[in-house]
Amino acid sequence: MNLSIFDVLGPIMIGPSSSHTAGAARLAYIARQIVAAPYHHVDFYLHGSFAQTYRGHGTDKALVAGALGMREDDERLASSFEMAEDAKLTYQFLPIELENAHENTVKMVFHLDAGGTSVVIGSSLGGARILITEIDGFPTEYNATSPTLLITQQDTRGIISKITSVLAAIEINIGVMKLSRKDKGSIASCIIETDEPIPDEVGEILSRIPQIHRVRIINTY
Amino acid sequence: MYTTTAELWAEAQKKEVPLSQIVLESEMKLTGVSQKVVYDRLRATFAVMKKAAENALEHPLHTVGSLIEGVAQTQYQYSQSGKTLCGPMLNLMMARAFSCSETNAAMGRICAAPTAGASGIVPAVILTVAEHLQATEEIVLRGLLVSSGIGAVITRNATVSGAEGGCQAECGVAAAMASAAAVEMSGGNGEQAMHAAAFALVNIMGLICDPIAGLVQMPCAQRNASQAMNAMLSADFALAGQKCPIPLDEVIDAMYKTGKMLPMQLRETALGGIAATPTGKRLATQIFTT
Repeated sequence: MNLSIFDVLGPIMIGPSSSHTAGAARLAYIARQIVAAPYHHVDFYLHGSFAQTYRGHGTDKALVAGALGMREDDERLASSFEMAEDAKLTYQFLPIELENAHENTVKMVFHLDAGGTSVVIGSSLGGARILITEIDGFPTEYNATSPTLLITQQDTRGIISKITSVLAAIEINIGVMKLSRKDKGSIASCIIETDEPIPDEVGEILSRIPQIHRVRIINTY
Repeated sequence: MYTTTAELWAEAQKKEVPLSQIVLESEMKLTGVSQKVVYDRLRATFAVMKKAAENALEHPLHTVGSLIEGVAQTQYQYSQSGKTLCGPMLNLMMARAFSCSETNAAMGRICAAPTAGASGIVPAVILTVAEHLQATEEIVLRGLLVSSGIGAVITRNATVSGAEGGCQAECGVAAAMASAAAVEMSGGNGEQAMHAAAFALVNIMGLICDPIAGLVQMPCAQRNASQAMNAMLSADFALAGQKCPIPLDEVIDAMYKTGKMLPMQLRETALGGIAATPTGKRLATQIFTT
């Protein structure tokens, strides 16, 4: 059997719906790791079934909980609105129609304390499984099930081999690697999923490479 | 490695071990962890199940729309009244299933088994059988293994999504998982466990998913309680020596195909069944305009 018994007896989660509650919490929680910077307001644009049924399934509370850093099994999830008030995090829910998007998709716009916004789009696929489909304008396919490095870099020759040699030097095996860029020679995005947790020093070493703009490490997923 | 229930049973026969052992070994191989790690995780899973099954017995939980508020407490108090038709044990089991559903609807913590909407059946059955048999923890964990083995095959070869297969794919599958667990926990053999799971699915073949207002409450909670009963009586069919003439894998396939034949209105859209009754529609309007 190629399916874990804990995918059948699981996930352990806050109800009522694995796709509309647990998946929503995970989407915002992972988006928070991706944004990796303080923010004070989030706009949640809801598409498809998310837009139709979000109140009855607590999708709204789950999204806010995730944005506050709560996991899908956190019993405080139901009181996330009150917790957001204490944390001075504001939010709003807006309907949107996205092209070619899965039924349960949310576009999250994080308003950063430092100014500007960071945008993450993702879908809840059922059984609390998620797929992040866009990060700050870069299309991607990221399911957040293993340790991950998110890198934005200048699209120049040899940059990828510099990145992979850093990982090889500390014996981290790359499981999946995805590259995308907006235009040739402009800013590019690189997502690397690894078999082992990624130590913080990897971020420090990579950040010293001049063509690399930003490195984020996601070890909790 | 098994991909069908027939292969699961064949492996168990070859090695002369219970089904749960094959499921355990498969999990250890797939995830590369020790038996202790699997057992620890099963213990944690069961602890969540037990808490959800007890959570709403003594007091009602608030849910959006309040369609099932207090159902667990009502059944629990009745189970102790001495006047029940099905007896105190089965009424307590229904109350436990209700409690999981109420906890789920009230945004409490549950373990999807195999889904959140059907999360009351496996816990209610395993807790009740364990109590009835005064079973050891080992037997409880074995029950969880058997149920997840059957559930894994169905997830892989068919569906456990109400939107895809109707309620039979959620609560029906949970009943099949729970009945197989009940048989092994009671000392039945692997073949009997497979017959029990087949009977459970046969008993529920074609059941639609028709949630009022689209909420995971009514009839979901009642289906959790009634499918826990289905699991128990199916286990008793098999333990009595009844044999389902259609093999479990074929029954699973029939369930899957039946689900695909169901029109969209009967698959979690709240456009058919009791959701589409005048009262069902009125309740939906009331809930979402207040």
